[in-house]
Amino acid sequence: MAYTDEDFQIMDSIIKRYPRPRSAIMPLLHYVQSKAGYVTNEGIEVIAKVLQLEAAEVTAVSTFYTQYKPTPVGEYHVGVCTNTLCAVMGGDAIFASLKDHLGIGNDEVTAEGKVSLEHIECNAACDYAPVVMANWEFYDNQTVESAKDLVDSMRAGNPKPPTRGPNKLVTWKEASAVLAGLNDGLAHEGVQAGEPTLLGLKLSKEGK
Amino acid sequence: MTKLAPVLSAHWDDKDSFTLEGYKRHGGYTASAKALAMDPDAVIQLVKDSGLRGRGGAGFPTGMKWGFIPQGDNKDHYLVVNADESEPGTCKDTPLLMANPHVLIEGCIIACHAIRAKHAFIYIRGEVTHVVRRVNQAIEDAYAAGILGNGIDVVLHIGAGAYICGEETALLDSLEGFRGQPRLRPPFPAIAGLYARPTVVNNVESIASVPAIIKNGAEWYQSMGTEKSKGTTLYSLSGHVVNTGQFEAPLGITLREILDLAGGVRPGHKLKFWTPGGSSTPLFTDAHLDTPLDYEGVAAAGSMLGTKALQIFDETTCVVRAVLRWTEFYKHESCGKCTPCREGTWWLVQILRDLEAGKGTEADLAKLLDLCDNIMGRSFCALGDGATSPITSSIKYFRDEYIAHLTQGGCPFDPVASTLFTGAGA
Repeated sequence: MAYTDEDFQIMDSIIKRYPRPRSAIMPLLHYVQSKAGYVTNEGIEVIAKVLQLEAAEVTAVSTFYTQYKPTPVGEYHVGVCTNTLCAVMGGDAIFASLKDHLGIGNDEVTAEGKVSLEHIECNAACDYAPVVMANWEFYDNQTVESAKDLVDSMRAGNPKPPTRGPNKLVTWKEASAVLAGLNDGLAHEGVQAGEPTLLGLKLSKEGK
Repeated sequence: MTKLAPVLSAHWDDKDSFTLEGYKRHGGYTASAKALAMDPDAVIQLVKDSGLRGRGGAGFPTGMKWGFIPQGDNKDHYLVVNADESEPGTCKDTPLLMANPHVLIEGCIIACHAIRAKHAFIYIRGEVTHVVRRVNQAIEDAYAAGILGNGIDVVLHIGAGAYICGEETALLDSLEGFRGQPRLRPPFPAIAGLYARPTVVNNVESIASVPAIIKNGAEWYQSMGTEKSKGTTLYSLSGHVVNTGQFEAPLGITLREILDLAGGVRPGHKLKFWTPGGSSTPLFTDAHLDTPLDYEGVAAAGSMLGTKALQIFDETTCVVRAVLRWTEFYKHESCGKCTPCREGTWWLVQILRDLEAGKGTEADLAKLLDLCDNIMGRSFCALGDGATSPITSSIKYFRDEYIAHLTQGGCPFDPVASTLFTGAGA
């Protein structure tokens, strides 16, 4: 895919956020993923060009961080937390059942390209365990059945909305643009907090 | 009985708590206005007097950290907020930023004024799309309202999935556009941090605590907590309990008190082990229910307050499985820079896998402890140190359970029993 003048303008605005251009390498990698779906060789070359770096320097950064994907992921990238707490409370069972249900392994994509699967580390939502993420949006308090329903809804092209997130699940590319720091205007959607987040406050108001 | 004391979380139940209007309704941005009218040194002194200590795990006094920034040096100074919350079990900054990003921005303004910085960076982990949206929108709204941009700029920097970037010098390398690997100290960030300039790196909760301190005064903050651990903080309860969630309480509350509030361990089960502050803090057992959860109390009992991530595991949980999983995490997240951590965590995983499968020998326990000895304190940062905590503490409290894996030729536990969806028979 060719990068347009508009793409270069956006990349320029990303670079201008920082006192030194090289600091923009991470948002630019997210931006490349928002265009191509993963970090392509072309994307590496474009970043190297706009930052006046060697392509090898950009690759060295890209390969360090697990969110930058060297191969295409699905339109909906599903992460199942299998760090200790989520794993024990059901994450292992959820991950095993999704692999079976989708017929794919870790870091693999379904044949039609809709869903990819990854076991992820702690995603800072332990009070909502077991946690599943899709395009890095929260799906809290999952079960084997709810997780299967979720990926089925993705394959049907009508994904269930996140529990704490926008009203509709955005695509992987759209989420990558958000992670490049671009505002998609959806910040006001969704709850401000889920029940566990508010538990202590609620009890305090009851005099505890 | 310690009473809960919501300060940070006081208005999270407003549906629009994350908006500028919602924040201003409860006096938002009056503290920064007050601070900007004060002498910067007076702001630092006030924060010192409050007794606020770092909420990211280490507990270093926040005002003292600010005071380390050299003044009159004609260099740019930077504030960097560590929002890379990734320590297993830790889940306080993420809901805080989802519910109230403006309190962090106001804290940034106050801290920048105090340390004479014009630039603040918020380094947030990349795996929380909606939190990124909320913080980004809050920054935009603050600029549009003229709250930012008048001498203080805040930039949101989004990570890409690397636990190590929660370590402050690795975070700085990452923010400069490199692989996130820790730096040798000294020099400390206060002297040579971001772009080799004097830099304060603070946790989200530390900076978010500042506006209320400016508004209500150091004495108010001092009135909460214990002798050396002042104020309120977010305790995050997760795992095998009736109700999980965030509990904001004065430092020094006990797990017994929090469990009472949460309805206790899930019915029919009993507490087996827990972490006081994430997976890098040595495990506790039911013998530590009355340990005051402040910096000194937890340290005196042999662990660390850390991030106050209270992960609760009941008797259905295999401690060897739990520890192996954490160890696999550390092995995966070791950045590879220092040999003891890179190689050591790899060997820890190999041995623990054998032990869990019942294929090891008792001598492997001694080997594990020896490896831990050779990892501890021998690398640039504390990742490797943290990796040893669950291993050494679990062998200390549950040696028999490791042995049981060997005598039975495998794990004696049914993993189904520890899940949440097993029904009454679990």
